[in-house]
Amino acid sequence: MKRVETECTLTVNGVDHAVTGLHPGESLLDTLRERCGLRGSKGACEEGECGSCTVLVDGEAVCSCLTMTAAVSGRSIVTVEGIGEAGAADLQDAFLRAGAVQCGFCTPGLIVAADALLTRNSSPSVDEVREGLAGNLCRCTGYGRIVEAVLDTASQRREQP
Amino acid sequence: MGWERARRLCGVPVLIPENLAELREAAGSHDPVLLAGGTDLMVALNHRSRRIESSSTVVSLAQVSELRTWSHDSTSGELTIGSGITWSQLERVPFDTLAPALAQAARTVGSPQIRNAGTIGGNIATASPAGDGLPVLLALDAMVDTVGVDGERSTPLSALLTGPKRTSLVGGEVIVAVRFNANDGWQGYAKIGVRNAMVISVAGVALVLDRAARRARIALGSVGPTVLLAGEASEFLTSEFDWDTWTCSEATIATVAEMAAEESRPIDDHRSTAEYRRHGVRVLTSRLLKRGRERR
Repeated sequence: MKRVETECTLTVNGVDHAVTGLHPGESLLDTLRERCGLRGSKGACEEGECGSCTVLVDGEAVCSCLTMTAAVSGRSIVTVEGIGEAGAADLQDAFLRAGAVQCGFCTPGLIVAADALLTRNSSPSVDEVREGLAGNLCRCTGYGRIVEAVLDTASQRREQP
Repeated sequence: MGWERARRLCGVPVLIPENLAELREAAGSHDPVLLAGGTDLMVALNHRSRRIESSSTVVSLAQVSELRTWSHDSTSGELTIGSGITWSQLERVPFDTLAPALAQAARTVGSPQIRNAGTIGGNIATASPAGDGLPVLLALDAMVDTVGVDGERSTPLSALLTGPKRTSLVGGEVIVAVRFNANDGWQGYAKIGVRNAMVISVAGVALVLDRAARRARIALGSVGPTVLLAGEASEFLTSEFDWDTWTCSEATIATVAEMAAEESRPIDDHRSTAEYRRHGVRVLTSRLLKRGRERR
């Protein structure tokens, strides 16, 4: 049986990171930011309300602040940095074009959540986008332009798969 | 972030069993801390309202294959759902037809991120009076299968839930699955919250109209120390509902809704008032019953 104490290997964006000195109950968010140097995922509420720390674990969007690092060692983790590299830069462009970024703090989590949404549903309705992004808080934009950016990306991806 | 403050010199072992045999071994560790989706435990750890003692062992349930399965016995109608099945899975095929009220409850839990992590077993073990799956499981007379150091047992959910965030589970006892009859008739769940998403229920009601057993069950969430079965309202509806023509009168609906409200035991707290919660139970019960008699 697998046993992790203070050391483990994390596979993030396809790269193995040897992590040492884990403290008890350390969250994936802390490990990514403080040990792996990946500061795209943001920490705010640390209780799963705001979504700014959203990452993919085995393809599913989850809050990295609620994920215990030791428990996801060996699983595939994708952060916002990896989503850009994997070709979802279209989503980032669409956010910029639509004016969906103001202070930008929520944007990385939204990009990851939106990418997961579009992977599952390639032509979401407005309501489906709103429901799919319900776990990501934005205090600047009022969401209209974010929804617009996601819908725009969806139609672009359908035209140019 | 409290990063430096949180740093400790010692580690706590995290065991990641992959099957039930390994899980039983892991759960036999000294002071095991069970980790399912992490959506409750990690919040407590992040906010320092709970800490993991250095003598503890964390047992991750996420990779135990038996907990991530489900089965439907088409002869008996019994549906068995592994404790590691997530809300995201419960929202979708086939649970949306096998257990529509549970699928509806699943869709109201947190956000997509929370639903991808949170599990039905975690909902039971956390035993919050506001747990969205619990009124549904109570109305379905669900049985909970567990394994512990002393062996296996099956317990009615109603007996497992003993108080707010309290259960009769003992140390190292792990929920393996929850069992109940798949939908035959109509069932639904409705809740009130301050917004449409990311909201903890202010009041929730589950209604099950069981065609084969000719029995109605109404269960209530967030209006008592545990989720509650509205026993008198359920019995009255069972006797007044016309099971042959699948209908009931407006007067019956009003009486049942009133009885359910009377049976609720709400309190005033930071989320709502007892008065509003009782009103919510009345409205939700009536609304569900109107939906239920329309469709069979």
